[in-house]
Amino acid sequence: MTETPVLRVADITKTYHLNTSVLARITRKDDKQSSLHALDGVDLQLNKGEILALVGESGSGKSTLAKILVGSATPTSGELDYHGEPMPLHRNKDASRRIQMVFQDPYSSLNPRISIGSMLKELLVLHNIVPKSEVRAESIRLLNLVGLEEDALQAYPSQFSGGQRQRIAIARALAVRPDILIADEPVSALDVSVQATILELFATLQRDLGLSILFVAHNLAVVQHLSQRVAVMYLGRIVEVAETEELFRNPRHPYTRALIDSIPRMSAESVNEEFFLDGEPPSPFNIPAGCRFNPRCPYASDACRTTDPALETVAPQHESACIRASELDTLALTIKPRRTGNTAA
Amino acid sequence: MTTPTAALVAYKQKRRLTRSRSIKPWYRNGSLMAGIIIVGLLVLVAVLAPVLAPYNPITQNLEDAIQSPSPAHWLGTDQFGRDVLSRLIWGAQVDLRVGFLAVFIPFVIGSTLGAIAGYFGGWLDTILMRIVDTFFAFPFYVMVIVLVFVFGSGESSIYIAIATVSWVSYARIVRGEVLIAKKQDYVVAARLGGMSHARILVRHIGPNVLSQAIIYAMSDIVMDIMAIVTLGYLGLGIAPPTAEWGSMINDGQQFITTQWQLATIPGLVVVVTSLGLSWLGDGLSDLLSPERRK
Amino acid sequence: METPLLSVKSLTIGIRRPKGSDTIIVDDLSFDIQQGERFGIVGESGSGKSLTLRAIADLLPKGVKVLSGSILYNGAELVGMPTAQRRKLMGPEIAMIFQEPMTALNPVIRVGDQIAEGPRRYLGLSKKAAMELAIEMMAKTGIPDPARRARAYPHELSGGLRQRIMIAMALSCGPKLLLCDEPTTALDVTVQHQVLKVLEELCDDSGAALAFVTHDLAVVNQTCSDLAVMYAGHIIEAGRVKDVFSDPRHPYTKGLLDSAPDFDQPDRDLVPIPGFPPNLAARTAGCAFAPRCAFAVDACTVAIPPTLEVAPGHKAACIESERIFEGILA
Repeated sequence: MTETPVLRVADITKTYHLNTSVLARITRKDDKQSSLHALDGVDLQLNKGEILALVGESGSGKSTLAKILVGSATPTSGELDYHGEPMPLHRNKDASRRIQMVFQDPYSSLNPRISIGSMLKELLVLHNIVPKSEVRAESIRLLNLVGLEEDALQAYPSQFSGGQRQRIAIARALAVRPDILIADEPVSALDVSVQATILELFATLQRDLGLSILFVAHNLAVVQHLSQRVAVMYLGRIVEVAETEELFRNPRHPYTRALIDSIPRMSAESVNEEFFLDGEPPSPFNIPAGCRFNPRCPYASDACRTTDPALETVAPQHESACIRASELDTLALTIKPRRTGNTAA
Repeated sequence: MTTPTAALVAYKQKRRLTRSRSIKPWYRNGSLMAGIIIVGLLVLVAVLAPVLAPYNPITQNLEDAIQSPSPAHWLGTDQFGRDVLSRLIWGAQVDLRVGFLAVFIPFVIGSTLGAIAGYFGGWLDTILMRIVDTFFAFPFYVMVIVLVFVFGSGESSIYIAIATVSWVSYARIVRGEVLIAKKQDYVVAARLGGMSHARILVRHIGPNVLSQAIIYAMSDIVMDIMAIVTLGYLGLGIAPPTAEWGSMINDGQQFITTQWQLATIPGLVVVVTSLGLSWLGDGLSDLLSPERRK
Repeated sequence: METPLLSVKSLTIGIRRPKGSDTIIVDDLSFDIQQGERFGIVGESGSGKSLTLRAIADLLPKGVKVLSGSILYNGAELVGMPTAQRRKLMGPEIAMIFQEPMTALNPVIRVGDQIAEGPRRYLGLSKKAAMELAIEMMAKTGIPDPARRARAYPHELSGGLRQRIMIAMALSCGPKLLLCDEPTTALDVTVQHQVLKVLEELCDDSGAALAFVTHDLAVVNQTCSDLAVMYAGHIIEAGRVKDVFSDPRHPYTKGLLDSAPDFDQPDRDLVPIPGFPPNLAARTAGCAFAPRCAFAVDACTVAIPPTLEVAPGHKAACIESERIFEGILA
């Protein structure tokens, strides 16, 4: 893509050091166990006006990456460019305004002691978004934008349901007129019937306001409906990036295949049996040598245990970090599922 | 993609505030009401002391010393012939003033330091909390008595002594609450909104953490009044002849076998005051605790 | 037809208020689970699905009671059964798996000992035999190196392994009925896949029936043969999973299916259900779903709709079902 991405990160790492008391340093011989590599060299770009989904299991580092993108955590190393310019490590008022966040838990994300109107007003005034006289009108406009009405202004967060709270949190993020929205699992705490309304809201925001949205999720089915591109994360690194349709039709990383095959299906004909993944994600304290996925990978070869593959282009707009990416199609036919059990009716 | 507008319209039409707060009103809270009535009455008595007290609390009248209760002196007189009721009423003024002020000063200092330590963390937090630990290592009364000895008896040295000792409790309580509150997503959101640390601490975190400190303050007033009474009893409190409950108990105990009311009545007043403040604290904790607001 | 393994009849669960206006959470619920059946109970938060399960296991939270109705297990009435007698059923007859295994396991006892406890008590096994059974059960649930893992404490294991331990523990005494309360909700998707497979295999092997509570329609589709959809304390639709999924007869079920993303139909629009689940304290007279229902007519707000058989073995509680669905689905 020739256009400059709105947000680009290159080789971002984030390491947490634990147990760094003097006593622990003396008693522990090797230092391996005490540092957690939450992010281990992440490359990713968010293009203008797109919804990019970031998918991964717990411990993959997707929430840490989200925090670094909005500036509430600082990376241990790496670059973060906003519209092609390096983003300062400590963002000022205006820089932090550009990238806003929607949180997973709609209960913890709203201050119980501040009314909705007061919350919006504070932001609008602080950033001089509109003249003082228009603050109220602007607040109502924001509420309408997310599907709420004027009477919400006087109300406190406790008076709203989870879905409504998430709308309020979105209105708050929009109040400062950002051009990037980072949504950290915004629907996973909501009921199914409410999830769809919030997903639609994100689609509307992208279309009507031209927002670029990074949508962090663990549910691939949700992502498939919403996003234009998908990045799959495993143990602190992006292992595959592609346009949504391409990724689901033609996954070029065994982990992506496993994720897709693990999605519970809605129709009886499509009950999936193909690809059974053994084991659980290893701990980020102890990342396997070679390809980080090799202990669970049914296709792992000797080379996979020694080479740590980088993200490489395997097709147009499609990158994968697997040295056997090009063979995956043929391999799938020869490898049998590891377990055969009685299957569901 | 999808057609959200139609769905949104439908959504909006059905939209309404679902949860009304089904919390019982504050005046239906028994212990809060009891606390307000008792403490309110005491404050009223203290403020109206010049009007309510039938006699001057300090003027000695040795001819009327040690009298039993009578129509002239409802609660009798003490060994200097001073009217006990009048001294109790004026004593309320002194004891409540000292009690409230002795809580207010450490409340402000301790909460501020605790909030700063909890919010910013790091070496500042480490240093401050080690100091707090050091203070906690000494028994409250021992510290207060030693400090009053050093500063000399009198109201101002009581303030200083109690403030020096008890700010640590507030610092610890508020720090703990701030540590919890600052992890909430709304604090992160406020940072992303470009707000300064000071604004976040005062406007966004403050109201969510102070309730615990306020509740503690109510029981702390009780403790401080007890401290003043104890100091008065030890002869280290408010200098005589000022009317004060502790010194009244102290003075009265030598006549406990003949005129029991001299020590017992001020003692009862202290008990009732403590009870009122405790109830007030209980009631406030019901009212302010966050789960009621969920 | 043979006696069902579990028969719930007109079960009403709620909070008894001294002044008479009880808060009803689960209202007049009836369903049967046959021997070896896999029965899913689907609903959103607040629908009463978990409480129903807990009522069967006698684990209702304090203050919440079975107000009326009956729960028959193999013909024996569980409601009102003396606690001591009922506790004897839990383990060898009925077992339960919870959403968060960390809170259901004792943190200071080795997992092997926790699994062995049931067989020792209920099957009268020796300590050694019970531990052998525990290790065998762990192996069956796919725990690698079970003999070593048996000596681990719960916090030393990952979420997926802990849930396998729960399954091993629940099935160790060979129960006839396994109650599952959102057993995979807290797990990652690849681990959920593994755990569901293990659960299915073991239930097939032992012939245990499954009562599976979840909010995830797709999980029910993969795991269960029959289901009941709950809304605001009522079962509003019940039947064979494939019938209900392919031909829903209640607007709420249809709404749930339309609002959930389906992996196999990426281009289908998600149609949300407008409005919010009702407040249990303020019940309306009619159908609980009527305020959110696009098809509601005046009659819907008058009385709670009766459960009608819309097709063989397929029931729905909607008076307008025929009008709504005959036209749509040919």
